[in-house]
Amino acid sequence: MNSKAANNVATGVIYALVVAVVGILVFLLGYILITGVPHVSFHFLTSAAESFKSGGGIRDQLFNSLYLLVLTLLISFPIALGSGIYLSEYAPNNWFTNIIRTAIEVLSSLPSVVVGLFGYLLFVIKFNLGFSILAGAIALTFFNLPLLTRSIEESLEDVPDLQREAGLSLGLSRWKTITGIVFPAALPGILTGIILSAGRVFGEAAALIYTAGQSAPMVSYSNWNPFSPASFLNPMRPAETLAVHIWKVNTEGVTPDALQISSGASAVLIVVILLFNLGARFLGNWVYKRMTAAK
Amino acid sequence: MEGIKPEANDKLKMDGIKKELRNPSKATHQDYFGKTISYICIAFVGLLVLSILYFITTRGLATFTQDHVSLWAFLSGSNWNPGMLDSHGNPEIGALPMIVTSFSVTVLAALVATPFAIGVALFMTEISPRRGTKFLQPVIELLVGIPSVVYGFIGLSVIVPLIRHAFGGTGFGILAGTIVLFVMVLPTITSLSIDSIRSVPMYYRSASLALGATRWQTIHKVVLRAATPGILTAIIFGMARAFGEALAVQMVIGNATLMPHGLLTPSSTLTSQLTTGIGNTTMGTLPNNALWSLALILLLMSLVFNIIVRIIGKRGSLK
Repeated sequence: MNSKAANNVATGVIYALVVAVVGILVFLLGYILITGVPHVSFHFLTSAAESFKSGGGIRDQLFNSLYLLVLTLLISFPIALGSGIYLSEYAPNNWFTNIIRTAIEVLSSLPSVVVGLFGYLLFVIKFNLGFSILAGAIALTFFNLPLLTRSIEESLEDVPDLQREAGLSLGLSRWKTITGIVFPAALPGILTGIILSAGRVFGEAAALIYTAGQSAPMVSYSNWNPFSPASFLNPMRPAETLAVHIWKVNTEGVTPDALQISSGASAVLIVVILLFNLGARFLGNWVYKRMTAAK
Repeated sequence: MEGIKPEANDKLKMDGIKKELRNPSKATHQDYFGKTISYICIAFVGLLVLSILYFITTRGLATFTQDHVSLWAFLSGSNWNPGMLDSHGNPEIGALPMIVTSFSVTVLAALVATPFAIGVALFMTEISPRRGTKFLQPVIELLVGIPSVVYGFIGLSVIVPLIRHAFGGTGFGILAGTIVLFVMVLPTITSLSIDSIRSVPMYYRSASLALGATRWQTIHKVVLRAATPGILTAIIFGMARAFGEALAVQMVIGNATLMPHGLLTPSSTLTSQLTTGIGNTTMGTLPNNALWSLALILLLMSLVFNIIVRIIGKRGSLK
């Protein structure tokens, strides 16, 4: 085979591989949406789950997922921001920084089930929190921290050094330069990072099975006291999320309409994550346009 | 001011200036404040990693220190039945079936995914950068975004019945696990390969093309050679993800703690055994400790993957 023919064959193979990958994605999304969307109704979204008979909904699971997401972001964002600022602004080039960077790499490559088990060991058992939203949110924070820290660090590093020098030359402290100049300039990137990590957190289940638990007790949505055990805001109650629910109905096999519930719930999960992805893109662009002169 | 002599007034003024010059300014205080906050955050992250390593390690070693199971029996035994004793009176905790299954699905998934990943990466970097980035970047991001339980659910409701029809048997097993993991590691390997191919300097390509090489010759003799360390790193990261993936695999692997006899028999990975077992055992008992030892293997493998990546990075950068 001469080199021209080889070139054509290789190009053809690459095109075929690309088409295959796109095909896989189209199949995945198509399958989830086509089988799932018909099961998503107002009733499905607003009624409680049933264990042993069909017709159950996902109201509590959906709320738990969102609540857990909010708590996780509330805990993880400040820590990730501080760490990101340290790594991009203060970190000296020495052994300590090297160790920290390695630690973050290790944390980000740990299997989520190991992170979940650590949360189970430390919070559910040692600190006696029991299966609770709080334990789940902390476990998800551990799982979320490395990626969020890295994305914040990268966004901060993307800000040109000229901006920092301008701030310092005006006599501002480094901290003031960071909070007043660098952070606002990096905000679009940081927001995108947060929203993308929100998508990951929303779909995570392995870290939650043994921290937030696998049961969704009855809660009252009119009880706004977070300390009352029946309140939907109580962070100490066990909470099964949407992703855990999909896993549970499929593996336990006691719910007669497991297939319908899981396809409906998968569709909801995918749609929410798609919204997060689109939102990240849109918001990032919008904030960037608002804050800079870029057209 | 009349009562104070002019010299005294000057002295007061001088004292003020002296104080201002000698003591830290407001800006310095601000900086200390900010530095402290960021140090606390980073120390927290470091402490967290240390405590994860410490807790999982001490619990994972309990099987060997408290229950006096030999490490060799644990790693090479092929019967997993932690509640039972075998004919010699030793507990039956042989983790070999899980270890073999975990490694099989990981390696197979990476082997299947790599050609696809490199194909997509080459398309996006060498063949059609503009269209590639516009259409394929979102494809990759969406594949990353799909949660693992959804992959598991599709595996359970599409792949497993398909395998059952095509090859007989239950459909659960390493093959189903491989197919699901292949799709899950594909985006990881692809996006890291893209980064590494992009970082090959443009003049390498220009030089090769100027010598009369075709695009494919340039790609496989120059670009891919130069990007090899990066692509290897990408594959290792993909394998790390596949090795640690729990729920998607657990849903399609069959969860029988038996030595796999081929791609189609139900078996169990380390992660799937952990997710099914932890809830059914009591803290501190041997069956529970044995599960923590499985978690320890997962942790150690994740560290090994990290070390391999570092070694590749170092050797790659020397050239």
